[in-house]
Amino acid sequence: MAKNKLDWHTGEQNNGRAPLSLENVHVSYATRRGKVRAIRGVTLDLHAGESLALIGESGSGKSTLGLAIVRLLPETAETSPGVITYRRDGREVDVLRLKPNEMREFRWSECAMVFQAALNAFNPVLKVWAQALDTAKAHGWHDKDAIRRRLVELLEFVQLDPKRVIDSYPHELSGGMRQRVLLALSLLLNPQILILDEPTTALDIITQRTIIKLLRELKEEQHFTMIFISHDLAIAAELADRVATMYAGRVVELGASDDIFYRPRHPYTLGLIRAVPTVTGGFEQLFSIPGSPPDLVELPSGCKFHPRCAFATDRCKQEEPELEEVGPGHTAACWHWREVEAELQRNPLHRGALNVLDVIEIDEEVVS
Amino acid sequence: MNMIRDILNWLGTTLKLMTYNKAGFIGFLATCTILVICLIGPFFIPLDTRTKLDKIYQPPSTEHWFGTDHQGRDIFSQIVHGGKDVIYVAAVAAFLSTFIAVTFGTLSAFAGGAVDGFIMGLTDIILTIPQFPLLAVLAAFIKLDNLTFLGLFLGLLSWPALLRAVRSQALSLKERDFVEAARALDLGAGHIIFRELVPNMMTYIVISFTLALTAAVYTQVGLVLLGLVPVSSSNWGVMISLAWTQGAIFFRDAMWRIMMPILAIALFQLSVITMTRSLELAFNPRLRTMV
Amino acid sequence: MAPILEVRNLTKQFGKGKERVTAVDSVSFAIEPGETVCLVGESGCGKSTTGRMVAGLLEATSGEVLFEGKNIKQLDSAAFRRYRQSVQIIHQDPYSSLNPTQTVRQILTAPLLRHNKVKPGATAEKRALELLEVVDLTPARDVIDKYPHQLSGGQRQRVAVARALTVDPKFIVADEAVSMVDVSIRVSILTMLARLKEEFHVTFLFITHDLALAKYFAWEGRITVMYLGRIVEDGPTQRLITDPRHPYTQALLSAVPEADPELAQHKRQIELRGAEIPSLLALPPGCTFHPRCPYFAPGLCDVAAPPLEAIPEGGRVACPVRRQERVSLLV
Repeated sequence: MAKNKLDWHTGEQNNGRAPLSLENVHVSYATRRGKVRAIRGVTLDLHAGESLALIGESGSGKSTLGLAIVRLLPETAETSPGVITYRRDGREVDVLRLKPNEMREFRWSECAMVFQAALNAFNPVLKVWAQALDTAKAHGWHDKDAIRRRLVELLEFVQLDPKRVIDSYPHELSGGMRQRVLLALSLLLNPQILILDEPTTALDIITQRTIIKLLRELKEEQHFTMIFISHDLAIAAELADRVATMYAGRVVELGASDDIFYRPRHPYTLGLIRAVPTVTGGFEQLFSIPGSPPDLVELPSGCKFHPRCAFATDRCKQEEPELEEVGPGHTAACWHWREVEAELQRNPLHRGALNVLDVIEIDEEVVS
Repeated sequence: MNMIRDILNWLGTTLKLMTYNKAGFIGFLATCTILVICLIGPFFIPLDTRTKLDKIYQPPSTEHWFGTDHQGRDIFSQIVHGGKDVIYVAAVAAFLSTFIAVTFGTLSAFAGGAVDGFIMGLTDIILTIPQFPLLAVLAAFIKLDNLTFLGLFLGLLSWPALLRAVRSQALSLKERDFVEAARALDLGAGHIIFRELVPNMMTYIVISFTLALTAAVYTQVGLVLLGLVPVSSSNWGVMISLAWTQGAIFFRDAMWRIMMPILAIALFQLSVITMTRSLELAFNPRLRTMV
Repeated sequence: MAPILEVRNLTKQFGKGKERVTAVDSVSFAIEPGETVCLVGESGCGKSTTGRMVAGLLEATSGEVLFEGKNIKQLDSAAFRRYRQSVQIIHQDPYSSLNPTQTVRQILTAPLLRHNKVKPGATAEKRALELLEVVDLTPARDVIDKYPHQLSGGQRQRVAVARALTVDPKFIVADEAVSMVDVSIRVSILTMLARLKEEFHVTFLFITHDLALAKYFAWEGRITVMYLGRIVEDGPTQRLITDPRHPYTQALLSAVPEADPELAQHKRQIELRGAEIPSLLALPPGCTFHPRCPYFAPGLCDVAAPPLEAIPEGGRVACPVRRQERVSLLV
């Protein structure tokens, strides 16, 4: 593996400040039915070297938030108020105020987005090599040999055979190979941050595993700064250091992965976790969250989750809670998080393990 | 009563959706205006048949809005009277060709196998025959002086392209899960064609109808212009034809006489084509059910 | 008990000449009334094709489908139509399984009226409302005049289930029925399906790529694992999940991402020899899993397709090499 030859920009400190900070970010669309409020005031720091997962259902705003960071929203989207600050090598830019040409540069060299590996993420008439060359040239990199060396290194890193892949057309590759090529291309210009939108959705299970392994390597060995966007809690459990739960355009809970999975304090997070089965976990009683995701044009009053929430009271119908600290590095936006805590003490999220051959003991402390 | 209410609701929704596209709605209003003038106008504006030697080839004035022809007759009144037949023939042709195309296109896609093979074979044969020369030759043998007959005749020859398009639409719709569900529920071929497939092709069918309509106007005018269809009544095509044969293009004074029917045809076609933008919205099943 | 559904050597080929692919290859299984069977596999393994053949929507190239003991190919047209109605299918995509131009009322009353289940008018409406309540779409009056796009994905899927119930089916093929539904409401739909099983005595063939869902839904039932058109292993769910015997089943179970950080950390990773699934156009000889299999035995695995053989712990395994071996999935 040619890993050590790859020149990653990951050790930068930015004077201890987060490479990406979102402050009160809003995104809305004007439609005939009214204003669709997709993101309503998200404040978030992405720390250097961490992987953050955004989880939530359709309409939660997780994908919109990813697209907002790289400014790939449709033109009708309105993105104010809100500031997205990006920091590298001591400089600081406001992403939402970048000019179009600066934005193109930003999208590849600073903060790259990897989409779900559908065929349409590629130009169908260009071979992989031509796509890489075009991208590099568009960013003022003209040394063909250097570009090729870099691409070969990256393809080896994603465990593809460069000889086979480099002169292939996108349709000649399988879904898993395409996802890996996309990952390699996104690393071509050495970005500081990677945003991955549903990186394993629509891939076969065994292929999903190879992608997860690769991403783990990026995370654990290269300490890459990454954002995962997925409706699949398993991606968060497998890959994230921190998890942000989104609902109706807001982050409703944010904390370390173990906090979110074993000590959630927002009823929505708890609901999601109780709704998802595992394979090797013991047979668990699952529950779904009643009702449907909210209509983003006519949002409920107060806490947007109250119509579906078992803990809801009159206060929830009137006042929308802000994120408050519920533990070290763990925040949740719920008036009743203490009751959620009490509920979890009665019925802990202890899945146990099903494997009959050697049952693992899950650390008591983690389960609390 | 319920039925009347449903129809009114339907019309209301259609109109509302049509306003969503401004150009399309203007096209729709213009089409309506032209239709009203051509269908109702003749009852109020008498056709000027009197020869007035002192008024030959006059330019437009307050008295004669569109000027006068070689016998001093009012061109405006001729335009008003001359639209009805053109539009009628085109409508008959468009109805027939759309009907054939939708029915057999959907059937072809749905039935597959030998039925599909036969229909597509026939379609391809007719599609490869050059339409206009065939019409010209046939017109020389068959007496096409009946308007309905002319319309049917045009319609019978202009469905193949549309049929192919309808078939490919139906083929892709057929793969949708709701069609398979209908098969599993044993709802029958009639239900599947007319309740599952056709409603989902409505936008397409309506737009195809308007395109067939405009095509039929041009073919018809072309045939008349060449003198192959001896339609006796005065219509826009005949007006151009007469002006043409009497050499109106050679002197400036006669310009109005040849320009006005051409303008009338062009305006009608433009209105109809622009209207399709609104029709696209009005017959979109998703939009329809949103308002 | 006699099986309600049985398939014998069911095979489906698509295409002609060089393009010919065998999507389903000699698949045999039987399902007893009231049993819940999950057909599990990755895309292209032939699970949906099998489901569509079972539902009579696709004709088999060879082999037999027996419904209530009768070969469906030998049914006369009236009997075939009865069978067609007895076996319903629920599709994956709630955005494509309902006609966007019809209201819920039209969707439900068309089959009711067509098969004379009710008289037109008020009774049709009453039955439609009842069915909506059966699938937990309440208040039913608020839903009946809605168009599909006015409903959420989960609600649409419930309408699709209600539509299947209009013809009183005995057997339902649920093809990835909850895969496209939001995570938080999947379970409620599965619970609803499980209730139908009890209340209406419907037998389910649940097709999914999601082993965790299969495990949850068919905990008391059976799982059948398919790979490239063939069954590689089947057996009671609890045995198959805790003690998978076929190397492919093991690989699959070890690869499934777990929605639990502890389990994710502790899962054993079975390394395959090749990551890519072979194309159906160029299937390897013998066991089709052998090019990827970590236990590949040359001269044995690449010669003839291994037969499915019963194991004492329950079910069948198509692997002569590893049939006896147990593997722990957690480390």
